[in-house]
Amino acid sequence: MFEVLLTDMVLLTLAAILAIAVISVRNLLSATMLAGLYSLLMAMIWQNMNAVDVAFTEAAVGAGISTVLLLGTLSHTGRRTKQRPAVNWGALLLVGITGGILIYGTLDMPRIGDPNAPIHTGRVVQQLAQRVGKVDANGVHTPWEYNSMANQGEHFEEAQAGEHPHPEDDFAGHSPNTVTSLLASYRGYDTMYETAVIFTAGMALVLLLRRREEGADELLHDAKKGRDVA
Amino acid sequence: MKDQVVLRIITKLLVPFMLVFGMYVIAHGELGPGGGFQGGVILAAGFILYGLVWGKEDLHRFLPRSLTDLLAAGGVLLYAGVGVATMLMGGRFLDYAVFNPSHPGDGEALGMLLVEYGVGITVCTVMVTIYDMISEPEDLV
Repeated sequence: MFEVLLTDMVLLTLAAILAIAVISVRNLLSATMLAGLYSLLMAMIWQNMNAVDVAFTEAAVGAGISTVLLLGTLSHTGRRTKQRPAVNWGALLLVGITGGILIYGTLDMPRIGDPNAPIHTGRVVQQLAQRVGKVDANGVHTPWEYNSMANQGEHFEEAQAGEHPHPEDDFAGHSPNTVTSLLASYRGYDTMYETAVIFTAGMALVLLLRRREEGADELLHDAKKGRDVA
Repeated sequence: MKDQVVLRIITKLLVPFMLVFGMYVIAHGELGPGGGFQGGVILAAGFILYGLVWGKEDLHRFLPRSLTDLLAAGGVLLYAGVGVATMLMGGRFLDYAVFNPSHPGDGEALGMLLVEYGVGITVCTVMVTIYDMISEPEDLV
């Protein structure tokens, strides 16, 4: 436990230093590189918290792809920011107030690892225990029916016993990965529309930029032709 | 970067492993950590690395724009298609259990896997497309 805490403290301190460096560096190329490093540090912090999913995403998107995309954008724009006053007092005040409110909000949260926290006692536990889907061999069709059975007590055991129709079925009717079962089953609609949003973003970019690029190709072609003619 | 021998060789060695790892993350998504989004991004990172070092023409040779456009739409279509298929088979939208009524857990695993493939394909191709659009066209440099 102590090692985890120590690692977290070191990593978070480094992350804070990097964050300050990102906003204080004038050269945008350096800022991009520092932001990539910051993402890499954050990935290590997520890993340290056992949030492997988030660590994956942070390392691949934050440190990898977004750095490449920022570099691509930088090649189209300049590499240096405009000179601005060092401290914008209004913005600092706003950030301070927002940060203060957020820290005040965390005071209501349970201590990390507290066994009496709602996540370990409330209906989340029942939801983790139940089947992800909606159809069950015992005539339990919906999660809320299952929950009501769980509340009644004795039938709950029967329902759970009925959940192992196959001895080699190690995940007993639902995905053992909570994140995936939530994203793909409970919230399948959400994930579908998120995918649609990504698709729409890509297509919007294609419509906006590819046409311009093709136009540029034509321009280049015309220029070459003109040069040949000349 | 075509004259950088070390970069080119290392990239060529590295990219297959990145692609296989991305596939693994997608295919294993319903059992372990990861899933369509993460796997798709790792796949895209492999393609983008290749494109960065070997140039966009080489990337387009085995991942042409027509293919990325088609796959980006196909991934979303696969996801929605799974939902429609479950409806046609008598369940609700994205009610994967109808794929295998005698053993709903397997049906769910199958449905989730197909859905993860859909997400992975779309995310990967859209990321490659964004890189393709934002990076500098080489003949204009």
